[in-house]
Amino acid sequence: MTEGSSAEAELSVRVSSIRITDVTQDGDVLTFAIASQKLNSSAGVCVFRTYEDFDWLQQSLFSQENLPGLHGIIFPPLPSKALPSQSNTQTKALKQLGFLALGQAWQSYSKALEFYLQQVATHPTLCKCNALDSFLINSESPGRQRGRKGIFNRLSQAVEEMRKESHKDVDNFFQNERIKNTNLAALSKVATEKLLDVVMTEQKLALACGHFSTSLHLCVNQDDAAAVAFSKVCLKLSDIIEAVKRNFEKAGSSNLSTLGLGLDLESRYQEAEKEMLFRRTCKLIELETVKKSTEKAKANKREVMEAFQKAVEKEFSLISSVAKQEIERFHSSRVNVLKNFLIGWCEQQLNTAKEFAELYSQHLEACRNMYTE
Amino acid sequence: MAASSERSPPPFPDSEEPELLEDSDEGADAFTGTSISEMDSPSPDSTRPPKDIFNEPLEDIFSDPLSNINSEPQKKVDTKIPSPSSDEVVDLFSDPLDDDSEVISSPEVQNPMPDLLNEPVQAPKSDGSSKSSSVKKAASAELFGDEDEEDLFKELPKVVTKKPQPLGPPVDVFTEVKSDVKVKPQVKDDPTDLFTEEALTAPAPKPSASSSSSRTNGVHSEEHDLFSEATVELSLDSPRNDRKKKDAVKPSVSAPVAPVASSSSKAPSKTLEELEEEESEDTFDLNISVTNPEKVGDGMNAYMAYKVSTQTSLTMFRSKMFTVRRRFSDFLGLYEKLSEKHSQNGYIVPPPPEKSILGMTKVKVGKEDPSSAEFVERRRAALERYLQRVVSHPSLLQDPDVREFLEKEELPRAVSTQALSGAGFLKMLNKATDAVSKMTIKMNEQDVWFDEKIQDVENEEQHMRKLHIMVESLVNHRKELSGNTAVFAKSVAMLGSSEDNTALSRALSQLAEVEDRIEQIHQEKAANDFFTFSELLADYIRLLGAVKGCFDQRMKAWQRWQDAENMLQKKREAEAKLLWANKPDKLQQAKDEIAEWEAKVTQYEREFERISATVRKEVIRFDKEKARDFKRQIIKYLESLLNSQQQLIKYWEAFLPEAKAIA
Repeated sequence: MTEGSSAEAELSVRVSSIRITDVTQDGDVLTFAIASQKLNSSAGVCVFRTYEDFDWLQQSLFSQENLPGLHGIIFPPLPSKALPSQSNTQTKALKQLGFLALGQAWQSYSKALEFYLQQVATHPTLCKCNALDSFLINSESPGRQRGRKGIFNRLSQAVEEMRKESHKDVDNFFQNERIKNTNLAALSKVATEKLLDVVMTEQKLALACGHFSTSLHLCVNQDDAAAVAFSKVCLKLSDIIEAVKRNFEKAGSSNLSTLGLGLDLESRYQEAEKEMLFRRTCKLIELETVKKSTEKAKANKREVMEAFQKAVEKEFSLISSVAKQEIERFHSSRVNVLKNFLIGWCEQQLNTAKEFAELYSQHLEACRNMYTE
Repeated sequence: MAASSERSPPPFPDSEEPELLEDSDEGADAFTGTSISEMDSPSPDSTRPPKDIFNEPLEDIFSDPLSNINSEPQKKVDTKIPSPSSDEVVDLFSDPLDDDSEVISSPEVQNPMPDLLNEPVQAPKSDGSSKSSSVKKAASAELFGDEDEEDLFKELPKVVTKKPQPLGPPVDVFTEVKSDVKVKPQVKDDPTDLFTEEALTAPAPKPSASSSSSRTNGVHSEEHDLFSEATVELSLDSPRNDRKKKDAVKPSVSAPVAPVASSSSKAPSKTLEELEEEESEDTFDLNISVTNPEKVGDGMNAYMAYKVSTQTSLTMFRSKMFTVRRRFSDFLGLYEKLSEKHSQNGYIVPPPPEKSILGMTKVKVGKEDPSSAEFVERRRAALERYLQRVVSHPSLLQDPDVREFLEKEELPRAVSTQALSGAGFLKMLNKATDAVSKMTIKMNEQDVWFDEKIQDVENEEQHMRKLHIMVESLVNHRKELSGNTAVFAKSVAMLGSSEDNTALSRALSQLAEVEDRIEQIHQEKAANDFFTFSELLADYIRLLGAVKGCFDQRMKAWQRWQDAENMLQKKREAEAKLLWANKPDKLQQAKDEIAEWEAKVTQYEREFERISATVRKEVIRFDKEKARDFKRQIIKYLESLLNSQQQLIKYWEAFLPEAKAIA
């Protein structure tokens, strides 16, 4: 889809400059500092937003009026709300947020939010939304004055999902897409979880290495020559284990910051696509019911019904066409995103491996030379 | 003090007049002999050597005539002070006999000394001063009245420093003595040299140098080894001549002191420590491997047999390469035999791996279970390490049972290993002796080295246990990581297979492969962690148990000695009573018994000293081995770490173009 060049509501900041520079935590509330650069000048804008503001933005995007085919848009997924005060129960936070709960001082979480904003801003349709501009520029928090419920209630959706999910599609393209989406969504979720397990284990290992390394210091004894020699060996080993620990930490954090975030985004995007497809399916079902009732309708009402059916049909086909474009766009962009994450990940892992190989060989050299005199 | 001097006479008639019962004159002589050497002792270790050379001539020249004069007034003072119950001739007679009449002995300790020193200068004064000082000193002297020499040496410096204050006139004499002490060290080198020459039959320019340097450092210097060995050797002989001779002979004969013997043949300028190290490396041309674990038999009677291959150039073996088949209980049997023979002598006998009923039952029952395969491999490696430890011990290697175990085709079936396996047995033994010793033996440790070492070993064991737990958790996490990586690889593969984009799909399946390989690496690392560290630590926990066993053996020897000492004392009391009751018919029997027990005391003491020396040497050797072992393992660990890291690099390098190829 081509970039909307109409001047009606151009985003006034440079998309690539959108960054979340800082996170502050005040009790239960996380405040994110969002910095961006104006398009026409080098002046920077910095606003402070809470999660409620993000939620408001998302709802505003959902409820844009006068936008045909809104239901066909794959909305960039907003990560679910982080609850810092409860995050001390780590398992709970992990269950809720997955990868985003990891990392120092909500780094990965803000990274995900940053990515969300960039996705919204690059979206050909959504970037025209006024809410986004005001979200990025207004120093005043926009969320408070208009806290209204979006059109998509996840709860009711969950109830109906089972019934409507399996509804046969009229369009083979969408039918296939739905099957694939369900499949991929599930798989990417599993993969994310598994990678999360790996990262968690790496963190545990780093911790265990740390303990081991510290405990080795206990063996230090300066009593006599043999004890000193042994102490040296212990200290050396402690250094080595420390290096192993850092290796784990580094590998873990690069897993987290690259592939972890990528897979997380992928799985959330698949969910977003699924939601879109579901909305379309709902429309389809609506259309079909309308069609049926039109057939059954009495002559006097038939005309009204037919007109209504036409309107629904038109809306549905509009949604479908938007959806098709969105799906295409999504596919190409997600491959790109995944590719970048994969490359970044691979490079980081390679660097880590090389760095530590170097370090280990240094240690090895030192060990071999240790009191061979 | 008194005890040592009175015990000593019988064994060596050559140096001192031993006729104990004759008169106190001789006793006083004996005291001068020891006391003078104690006086000039700033450090306990260094004093011994000079004594022999220094004292004997002194005694001969001075003490005999002196003591005749001196001892008379002394005795009068003494008898008045201590024992109201005993008087007259009998008293004079019995007191010197009595070990524990400290009060009597203590004046004697001090008196002869000023006498001896003063006599040439001013005879009458010293008598008076000694009288006055003897009372004051009695209390301080009591401290060491009952101890053996080692303790005495510790206590004495204090006494020496105290003396100048109460003693008015002899102060200058005393400072003279002190200055004498200062001068002596230069002389002392010679004694040590002479001594080492005697003991090692090697010219020793270096020992003298190092001993003098260590002397300046104080008692315990970093030349612990040389010094301790020297002192251990020397302390055995110092008081008595026959001992000295015996020790001088012993090193060249018996295996445990092999380094000393070897020193005579090798370059004499080397320290004992170096020599020991060299020696152990030289002799260790022996490669033992335990391979091919094989299940023999079926059901619950099944057992594992291992191939024990030896490769050596040592001439003590019949051929250069030989292989035998041994089962696990044979290994335990070997340990049992070795520990029976050697642990009471203070050797650290490496304990074999523990018997695992659970693990073995699994092997017996299960067909091809990965956990039982792991168990077998683990045991095989442990047995190999066990055998290597045994043969790397210079004196255990000489044991015929070890040779038989390695060489002989058929071994008699080891019995009684069923119920108690190696470490379990040792543990029980330790526990039992610990409990007993804690209840009955209250050994006041006279040797600072042992005192510290026992504590060290105790601490070390705790640390090792802690480390072991850490490593175990590390290994578990590693295994977990490998498992998780495998699952992740699987899910990535699934993701790749249902991916539409062909390039991405390909990349993902490549990634899955990479992750599979990484999983292998993690698995290897887990095994590596386990075998290099966890097993190593487990081994050392067991070995530390054996070390503690050695300390216990030493304690037992001490206890034996003390018991004999007490018995001797009882016999002497009995004799005194007989004398008192005037029953000459039984007197001879009592005298015989005393002689017998004196011999026993000497023997036990010698045994204790020997075991102390052996334990000390063993512990030092153990410490050195330990450092070497750990270092070796760390290098091994690092090598494997590096290796896996390089593999990782290779994998990632191969994957990177795939990721970049995604269109």
